[in-house]
Amino acid sequence: MKPTDISVPDYFHKVVDCQWACPAHTPVPEYIRLIAAGRYSDAYMINWESNVFPGILGRTCDRPCEPACRRGRVEKDPVAICRLKRVAADFKDDIRGRLPKPVKTKNGKRIALVGGGPASLAVARDLAPMGYECVVFDQDPKSGGMMRTQIPKFRLPETVIDEECDYILNLGIEFIGGRRIDSMKALLKENYDAIFVGCGAPRGRDLDIPGREEAKKNIHIGIDWLSSVSFGHIDKIGKRVIVLGGGNTAMDCCRSSRRLGGEDVKVVVRSGFEEMKASPWEKEDALHEDIPIFNFLVPKEFTHENGRLTGVVFEKVKAEYDAKGRRKLVPTGEADEHFPCDDVLVAVGQENAFPWIERDCGIEFDKWDMPKVDPTTMASTHPKVFFGGDAAFGPKNIIWAVAHGRDAAISIDLLCRGEDIGVRPPPQVKVASQKMGIHEWSYDNEIALDKRYRVPHRDKVVALRDIKAEVELGYDVELALKEAERCLNCDVQTVFTGQLCIECDACVDICPMDCITFTQNGDEADLRTRLQAPAKNHTQDLYIGNDLKTGRVMVKDEDVCLHCGLCAERCPTGAWDMQKYLIDMTHAEQACQQRTQSAA
Amino acid sequence: MTYVVKPKFHHPELPKNKLGYTHRDYEGAVSTLCAGCGHDSITASIIEACFELSIEPHRVAKISGIGCSSKTPTYFLGNSHGFNSVHGRMPSVLTGANLANRDLIYLGVSGDGDSASIGFGQFAHCMRRGVNMVYIVENNGVYGLTKGQFSATADRGSKSKRGVVNSDNAIDMVGIALQIGASFVARSFSGDKKQLTPLIKAAIEHQGAAFIDVISPCVAFNNHAGSTKSFDYVREHNEAVNFLDVITGRAPIHVDYAPGTVEMVEQHDGTILALRKLNAEYDVHDRQAAMSFLHHHAAKGQIVTGLLYVEQDPQDLHQHLNTVEAPLNTLGEKELCPGSAALEKINAALR
Repeated sequence: MKPTDISVPDYFHKVVDCQWACPAHTPVPEYIRLIAAGRYSDAYMINWESNVFPGILGRTCDRPCEPACRRGRVEKDPVAICRLKRVAADFKDDIRGRLPKPVKTKNGKRIALVGGGPASLAVARDLAPMGYECVVFDQDPKSGGMMRTQIPKFRLPETVIDEECDYILNLGIEFIGGRRIDSMKALLKENYDAIFVGCGAPRGRDLDIPGREEAKKNIHIGIDWLSSVSFGHIDKIGKRVIVLGGGNTAMDCCRSSRRLGGEDVKVVVRSGFEEMKASPWEKEDALHEDIPIFNFLVPKEFTHENGRLTGVVFEKVKAEYDAKGRRKLVPTGEADEHFPCDDVLVAVGQENAFPWIERDCGIEFDKWDMPKVDPTTMASTHPKVFFGGDAAFGPKNIIWAVAHGRDAAISIDLLCRGEDIGVRPPPQVKVASQKMGIHEWSYDNEIALDKRYRVPHRDKVVALRDIKAEVELGYDVELALKEAERCLNCDVQTVFTGQLCIECDACVDICPMDCITFTQNGDEADLRTRLQAPAKNHTQDLYIGNDLKTGRVMVKDEDVCLHCGLCAERCPTGAWDMQKYLIDMTHAEQACQQRTQSAA
Repeated sequence: MTYVVKPKFHHPELPKNKLGYTHRDYEGAVSTLCAGCGHDSITASIIEACFELSIEPHRVAKISGIGCSSKTPTYFLGNSHGFNSVHGRMPSVLTGANLANRDLIYLGVSGDGDSASIGFGQFAHCMRRGVNMVYIVENNGVYGLTKGQFSATADRGSKSKRGVVNSDNAIDMVGIALQIGASFVARSFSGDKKQLTPLIKAAIEHQGAAFIDVISPCVAFNNHAGSTKSFDYVREHNEAVNFLDVITGRAPIHVDYAPGTVEMVEQHDGTILALRKLNAEYDVHDRQAAMSFLHHHAAKGQIVTGLLYVEQDPQDLHQHLNTVEAPLNTLGEKELCPGSAALEKINAALR
């Protein structure tokens, strides 16, 4: 194998699994260290800069970082990254003084943002401080989009949404609530310099089976129902409720029902329990609130009497897999089952809908009737129109919406400056040694053996009485500090300098995870079998160091390295060093700064 | 030294031995020696050897004297018996323990100061008597704990870190061990675990006095140009005569070496040593030839490593003395006091 080029920003970025997995590339270990140091405001600001909504995401994020967390590979459960983010938001001081100030002199460019959800707000957050005049349109009276309308208040209190949306709107952004954009052509005529579409995936899928029409009074579309609950238009539901669907919306529906009078609430899903789309922790929370989940049942018919829903008939199915491993649900042949109920909530998926975009306005759509969007620039086929969030590639989640928004902001900035939006400025990387003394590092390199700490919950009886009472109470300071200690500091990298190495094997001998091997070089497949411990995780790189006197190579399997720094402590020559890697992803403001620098 | 505790976490794919242990289970406390010390690599090799042989840690007695080397038993086999004895007195303490209980595996760890100076006589007599043990000398040619004076194994003409040339002749521990009758003699290098670990395994399996001289560079005081025990010097002058694979009775024997290059040596306990010969003429069963081979290469400035001599049917001290097989602490009054009739018989024989 060729020696590893550690100057390529991606190499060390991939080692920080959580940051690499985060769509917004939040520097997770950096903010966790700040929490451990009690610097909550600093931790919050790092989050705010990369993911815009730390308090909201700290409660609701889909957390792609956690399955990626290295801790899950060396112990059992990953670090509670998401809930530590909430800690930063909960314990921070007033940070308003640290936010950008509204600019007095605008740059004369006007940007329209359709939809006031996370994607649009992320775009506006990046562009407004640079002098762009941003106008956000939303059909609802308040900003926040699905964060406000679809996530129940017992998971995300209104105050948190207000606070973090206001941080953005106070940057001098014009928010026009209650105005639905119903023609792209008309909007294009208003001569904005760029238009960003972040209107989400607003249409809940319906279930067209017998009885749907007759019993429609008691059959509700999940996301519309949640939205009505959110705005207070609905405040009760029948005693017996069936929720159809196995995603997070279904979980929000059933748990909301329990708080609005539902006593016998069931979730019924076509698939098996494991294959359900809902996050494991959301399923767990539903089960905890005495909501049983029934699997392998396909709704066949709504039963009704005198125009009133009486229940749902289900066909029993089982999963069969073909030679290619594709799943098929086939009837078991058993008798159908009838579940009586008063109300049904249909949460079987969401769709994009762009009835307001005229198909001849220059925006091309693909065969699934989705706009053609470039995943890097977020540009549509119309030079001035950009997409992001669920509107771009179908339903995803908040953190993806933020990432899209930030990428779109770079494009819009480049466009308005008359530059090529395809030429993306590179990220900025800082790598600095953490050595403080012979055996002292500027980070805590001792590995805590603690298991993941549970977040305390509000008492169930109390929680079920009030739909606005937040269920999760968040970590207290003591738990937060303990959980923070579990982080392995994967951003403090093991950096190897072959010229300094005397091949004494001290690092090999001390490494608790058998990560390091000195051996003859070979191709990757061969090397992976010849190491101190087999390197079977092919998603993790081998770090190859050369320039050794014996002609061998140093091979480090990045997979389960604890970043404990013992290799560097036991190295007599400083051939190993622990260096902190901080990557500052490109964002709109930086793109502009770089240009001024290069122009100077 | 290192202040943090070595994390308990280990690689999820670590192999387990017959007892269900990983090699991490054979570790001791974290080393307090200088970073990069060759001794730590020898420690790692001992750990690996015991792991691979599936030795139960409580069946091992590790005994040492004084010096950097003699600190190392703390760093391996944390669940074994240990005795950190007086300077140079490891051999007599070990001999006593061995006489009292021959069921344990005896691992004597010493250094060039401990064994070639203050304990030179102890070393010689212990080998001469054929105590069933593994005698490891961690040989760095300097007194590390007192800041790098030449030891008795430092080569004549080699330079100290401060530039002083050694004018005394060196004691070649391997040469002495051969001469006074050790039944297993080897030399290796801390920087070559592939060679060292099988040698330690073979020495443990060997039922007699097994001696291994391990050249172990002192990174702090003897790893400079002019030293003959530095990493660079040993790597350049290493003349390995063979490499060893230890095949224990449990694993099915399958050999895929080119014919003629491998000699299979069966040990008394059924273990087979597969010797990959690097030097075709070298015969590991010829004590005299081994000694002259060593002298010949030493004169050329080469350091001969590998398994240098092994006796196929070694005898140990217990056989010489015809001692009782059971450990002394298991003997009851019946065995220890055979009664007045027996005493009468003994007395009569002396009249």
